[in-house]
Amino acid sequence: MVFSPVLLHIPDGFLSLPVAIGFWIVSTLLISLAIKNVALSLDDRKVPLMGILSAAIFAAQMLNFAIAGGTSGHLIGAALATIILGPWDAIIVMASVVTVQALIFQDGGLIVMGANLFNMSIISVFVANWTFITFKKILGQNRNALFIAGFAAAWLSVFVSALAAALELAVSGTSPANIAIPAMAGVHALIGLGEGGITVGALGVLYAVRRDILSGEANQTRSNKTLWFGGLATVLLLLVVSPFASQFPDGLEWVAEKQQFLHLQRPALFEIIPDYVFPGIANEVAATIIAGIIGIILVMLVALGVALLRKKRETISTK
Amino acid sequence: MSSNINSLDPYIKKSSVFHLLDSRIKLLITIGFIVTTALLPVGSWAAFILLVAIVISVTMVTDIGVVYVIKRSLFVLPFVLAAVPLLFTVPGTVLFSMTINASHINVTAQGVERFITILLRSWISVQAAIVLISTTKFPDLLAALRSLKIPKLFVNIMGLMWRYLFVLTDEALRLIRARLARSGYSEQVKRSGGKLAWRAKVTGNMAGSLLIRSLDRSERVYFAMVARGYDGEVRSVPATALTLNSWIILLASCTLFCFILLFGWYTTTL
Repeated sequence: MVFSPVLLHIPDGFLSLPVAIGFWIVSTLLISLAIKNVALSLDDRKVPLMGILSAAIFAAQMLNFAIAGGTSGHLIGAALATIILGPWDAIIVMASVVTVQALIFQDGGLIVMGANLFNMSIISVFVANWTFITFKKILGQNRNALFIAGFAAAWLSVFVSALAAALELAVSGTSPANIAIPAMAGVHALIGLGEGGITVGALGVLYAVRRDILSGEANQTRSNKTLWFGGLATVLLLLVVSPFASQFPDGLEWVAEKQQFLHLQRPALFEIIPDYVFPGIANEVAATIIAGIIGIILVMLVALGVALLRKKRETISTK
Repeated sequence: MSSNINSLDPYIKKSSVFHLLDSRIKLLITIGFIVTTALLPVGSWAAFILLVAIVISVTMVTDIGVVYVIKRSLFVLPFVLAAVPLLFTVPGTVLFSMTINASHINVTAQGVERFITILLRSWISVQAAIVLISTTKFPDLLAALRSLKIPKLFVNIMGLMWRYLFVLTDEALRLIRARLARSGYSEQVKRSGGKLAWRAKVTGNMAGSLLIRSLDRSERVYFAMVARGYDGEVRSVPATALTLNSWIILLASCTLFCFILLFGWYTTTL
């Protein structure tokens, strides 16, 4: 709500139900996999550690710095969590951040939460993990390598998850792909710079004060080959699919055309259909308005009734 | 600054019928309501008006304040930007056209319809979510999630996160206040601090020290938990069975939602 890195938290209503449900299934599977992996290596101090780090990532998202003209940059935190905790733990930490944001602050909807979890806790961690390992492999183990790898991981994770969000919006028919994808990509290429800067600053402090965290056990799970390929596949897929998809103005329309269910589209309500008959009223617009008014009156009456009943009960109980 | 952090907790203590409802039932009804909103066809205005009426009347019953809920629900507005292009790109009957920089832009009836539908859907859903969280304590909601088979580890982590959310946001606010206190500000320059990269780095340093403080805190919390008998298992009171009343309420709401869906599809497909 107040502290949100906006635009990545998709609210309810902006994704079509099949897309929302599809992402719920994918996210549930992947998060369960992460939970299984974490539970395998679970020493009992992990629950408080991950709980408190989730709260810390949430709080760290409040830290912002002025960019220009009233806008400000702030942290999303997936890359930082991945570097400190390793990928599986980071997925769970980011997932609880996203869930709490949706449940408590309505930052992101409830039935589209599967998609939000996918973008912000799964894709971003996979991508951050892949980028971080790859850069470290190439650049070596020194301090600057750490910072460059951290910056790249932060930037790419924000950029790729924004592409994913744009694609989801396009497939749902909410935002035309040829506008949504370049717009989201452009905005988040900039937001990613802020994310990268903050991540490097944070790594600087961690490197100076607690170097043990950066070279700890998180590295063991991080070097997992399957995960590396998973990250590579995610990056490639989204970077290749997005420019391709953005050639089609309307994802849904395009899919609909392919599937031959365009006939499902109805004529607009504004073209008044003459033979429409609502009990007694021949005009559709009037019928709709009247139905609405009747509905409002009915529901308000019920609400008032309940409220009155409660008042009565309260007065009885105070007597 | 840090005094307003208590308003992070959206729970509003009242004694309405809706507050007293079992949190599992409340969660299911809210999800059912939002799914109903999503399933209604584009342009089913009557049904959408009905849903708005339901949300507003439930808000009235819960006593948390209609104005409060509506104000809070407006925070989704920025996202509406994502749907604005629909006004121009959906093919259909042209309502009116504009000429910007010698290029024609047509606003179509179908585009307007789809845009308003998305707006309504998200506005109604957000209101429902606000009512849920304002009338349910978060630990109760977590218990409800647990009984809906969300993995225990995940629910426990969110429980601990909730417990320390306020502590750590206070910590973050202290960091921000400290930066504010040591930063000069002049009317001529209009901003404090050095170059952009430097400001990002300082913010990053703050995030880093927040993380270190949190890691240290998690150690202390762990030892405190062990001292109180923690053995890797977070125990909670087992969930009670749902009462007959709760079942009736759940069933009644589902029936209502089905009727609204039928009504919505009937009034728009004819």
